[in-house]
Amino acid sequence: MTEPLLDVRGLKVHFPIRKGLVLNRVVGAVRAVDGVDLTINPGATLGLVGESGCGKSTLGRAILRLAPVTEGSVLFDGTDVADLSGEKLRQMRRHMQMVFQDPMASLNPRQSVETILTEPLRAHRIPFDETRVRRLLDQVGLPASAARKYPHEFSGGQRQRIGIARAVALEPRLVIADEPVSALDVSIQAQVLNLLDDLQEQLGLTYLVIAHDLAVVRHMADEVAVMYLGGIVEQADADELYAHPTHPYTKALMSAVPVPDPKIEATRERIILQGDLPSPSNPPTGCRFHTRCPFRQETRCDDERPELREVRPGHRVACHFAEEIAAGKITARELDLTPV
Amino acid sequence: MNPEPLLSVRDLSVRFGLKGQDTFTAVDEVSFEINPGQHLAIVGESGSGKSVTALAIMGLLPQRGVKVSGEVRYRGTELLGKSRREMSRLRGREIAMVFQDPMTSLNPVITVGKQLSEVLRRHFGISESEALERGVELLNRVGIPDAGRRIREYPHQMSGGMRQRVLIAIGLACEPKLLIADEPTTALDVTIQAQVLEVLKELVADTDAALLMITHDLGVVAGMCEDVRVMYSGRIVESAHRDQLFAEPRHPYTGGLLESIPRLDSPRGARLTPIPGSPTQTIPWSQGCAFAPRCSRRVEACTESAPVLEHTGDRDLRCFHPLGAEATTTAGAAAPTTTDTPEATS
Repeated sequence: MTEPLLDVRGLKVHFPIRKGLVLNRVVGAVRAVDGVDLTINPGATLGLVGESGCGKSTLGRAILRLAPVTEGSVLFDGTDVADLSGEKLRQMRRHMQMVFQDPMASLNPRQSVETILTEPLRAHRIPFDETRVRRLLDQVGLPASAARKYPHEFSGGQRQRIGIARAVALEPRLVIADEPVSALDVSIQAQVLNLLDDLQEQLGLTYLVIAHDLAVVRHMADEVAVMYLGGIVEQADADELYAHPTHPYTKALMSAVPVPDPKIEATRERIILQGDLPSPSNPPTGCRFHTRCPFRQETRCDDERPELREVRPGHRVACHFAEEIAAGKITARELDLTPV
Repeated sequence: MNPEPLLSVRDLSVRFGLKGQDTFTAVDEVSFEINPGQHLAIVGESGSGKSVTALAIMGLLPQRGVKVSGEVRYRGTELLGKSRREMSRLRGREIAMVFQDPMTSLNPVITVGKQLSEVLRRHFGISESEALERGVELLNRVGIPDAGRRIREYPHQMSGGMRQRVLIAIGLACEPKLLIADEPTTALDVTIQAQVLEVLKELVADTDAALLMITHDLGVVAGMCEDVRVMYSGRIVESAHRDQLFAEPRHPYTGGLLESIPRLDSPRGARLTPIPGSPTQTIPWSQGCAFAPRCSRRVEACTESAPVLEHTGDRDLRCFHPLGAEATTTAGAAAPTTTDTPEATS
């Protein structure tokens, strides 16, 4: 078996909640990421799905050390990034880059595209010339004339291309893309997704794609992890996960995605969850999903936090009753949406 | 065909721009009808004019710098040119609207109950306590637990999904005949979107209201609306029943949209077929088809004159060279009128 490029173990990111002006005591913590294990093999794409507030972006940022790591390790090619600091961390970042969600907000409006694209090279003291910029622009499908322009002169899709060009400028090994297309118009999204596909092939990149859109993740990823309230609840090969979603949350998430086909929409079964995401500063005891789970049982769910365990080869689920649910022994409760 | 439409929009145009300056046409001769109880969707991307259409119907566009022309008839009465007072008697009671962003469309310094009872008191002239009582009932119906307590809260104390439910409750408070929902779930997470759509669907069915849904999400349309109008750059380019539209899109833009979306049920790893360019890359309709610069099926005729919206087979279509028209056209020379195109088989 190949050595994974990225190996995240027991990662926790807790943001302290402070109170009081003088003493500034820590009175609690927002457990944005609370014990996550992940591995990504070189050249593969891992998709991380979840809804807003589940901690997926924080997880991505913590891997790059853009968010503080409270506990756990992030092994990148055998080196623990969580332990690095100063010059060593800076050196390491050369191999890990990020594509941000909003290209409007992540490009400096006062820098020309050329400056934006060469900044990473300058920061790492890598000599470059004009052809480097031209080649980068060409790689992301922008004309060479773009180099002298400023971000406001481009459309949303083109701006995202600039963001991607900046991320690949250093020829990194790992690219973390946080919601790379969700700020774009529907007709543009496919262009950017195809570009990411092409770059992966050309440059041999490894991706961590973070998104709330299951269809986007399914398109991009070889393996998918589903996150809920700071923890991973299910992880499997993409085909396996989408064919056999096993965790009740994954099932609900999948059944909630509207499909642009009226025939399917009319017939398919929907699991509708009740209520909202609980606060990560005061997560529910036991299984974090039990407050909204339509399959909740009297025992275990409320007080015992389920571990990720393998239910089928390569398919791991954090649910006490995964097998029973899969076998149809436990059925979903009918949820009353409109109490009278 | 049908007795009397609930709402009939004819040649609606909206132009922005102050006197003596260049004007921008956001909505360009848009016509459609909604019958009682019908669910109609207007689909388009940002800048297509779909939201401006809704605001024009509601009379919510600013007076200055905006020129609205055409006809908007509600049960036979013309709405354009009605005074503000007349319109506010209608709004909320007969036609109501649910806006996209529940953060900005609720007043942050007034309790949810007050905002909900306002519309009831205004249109039914009932007392505050009576209105609040009904408000609790309404919140219950949109699935807000503990409504009696929640009604005294302020919008910031609620989650996004809750706030959107409150907006739906306000929209349907007076049981309007027509509900206009402008991207009602775009700001929400998928599982919350599913909850809210379910509530919306149920309530619209319960009150027999007609629904005009404005969205960019074809998936939402497939589940909610029987009829679809696709807008591009201010004009309707395709208009059809959803079954026909999704099974066999004929306008290249509609087809492109459907093909470019990654779907949960399509084979994985298949390469997406994007629409090239961006929605800002367009030509004025006066010079041809606005979609022509991005269109893979462009022929010469497309940049010579603008296609008109014509009834062909099972739908209305604005295109010189629609999808599935291979039989009658040879490469590079589409017939300018496609009225005799063989009908789509579905």
